[in-house]
Amino acid sequence: MNISTLLRQGVLTVRVEGELDMHVADEFRQVVDNAIDSYGVKNLILNLQGVSFIDSSGLGVILGRYKRINPAGGRILATDVQPQVAKIFELSGLLKIMKIYETESHALECL
Amino acid sequence: MEIRNQVKMSIQSLSENVGIARITAAAFAAQLDFTLNEIEEIKVAISEAISNAVIHAYGHPDGIIEFTMNLYDDKVEYIITDIGKGIEDINLARQPSYSTDPERMGLGFVFMESFMDELDILSKQGQGTTVMMAKKFQSNVAH
Ligand SMILES: Nc1ncnc2c1ncn2[C@@H]1O[C@H](COP(=O)(O)OP(=O)(O)O)[C@@H](O)[C@H]1O
Ligand SMILES: [Mg+2]
Repeated sequence: MNISTLLRQGVLTVRVEGELDMHVADEFRQVVDNAIDSYGVKNLILNLQGVSFIDSSGLGVILGRYKRINPAGGRILATDVQPQVAKIFELSGLLKIMKIYETESHALECL
Repeated sequence: MEIRNQVKMSIQSLSENVGIARITAAAFAAQLDFTLNEIEEIKVAISEAISNAVIHAYGHPDGIIEFTMNLYDDKVEYIITDIGKGIEDINLARQPSYSTDPERMGLGFVFMESFMDELDILSKQGQGTTVMMAKKFQSNVAH
């Protein structure tokens, strides 16, 4: 898995590549939490263009980050989601708390 | 019905092996002409079952998971067996959002059930768990 984080217009963007399962869940959580803490941001854009697979372990990390930032009014916006991953989001009910946008710039416009 | 092909693997309970198991399961399923979408569904179901054995059954890297794949004319079947902790109440464990771990989603069995056509769980506390699941192959040829 590859993860990069960047700060743009006060929004943390996380770009992930790989398969989001239990094997990478800890690293994914640590990298995102560190970035949230060090930038002190409220909102998170999750670019999932490079994510070809996700299961409930991956979903758990995303939901966990939402629970961290939501008390301060923060949101998670997912972008560039591959269809098989979007299907898992839908089935899990995660789309109730996280909206999907076509691209990072679409997501940025909505914040 | 007759088994056309069989592959068995013994998997050490390490998170690395979850990906290896689901890729192998996908390659095995590709012997039937499943759609890409169906193969993705199989990958999620296998990922959930193997993850459960690694996390809940053992919780340490020294456990062994037996993974059997059976190919039939019209379906593919996967059997995942651990000799770990076992499940106290299977009906409860299958409920959406039920997890014994507050950090987890409780969606593993939900995904297995939605993505496969058959799901059977046998478990005994202190002895282990066997999860059997199968996906039917719907031929696209019109009859
Ligand atoms: N192989 C197993 N061995 C022991 N317990 C299991 C096993 N598989 C599932 N369980 C139990 O069933 C519960 C529900 O499983 P699941 O639906 O995959 O949700 P999750 O993994 O998110 O907890 C688990 O929390 C665990 O208590
Ligand atoms: Mg699970």
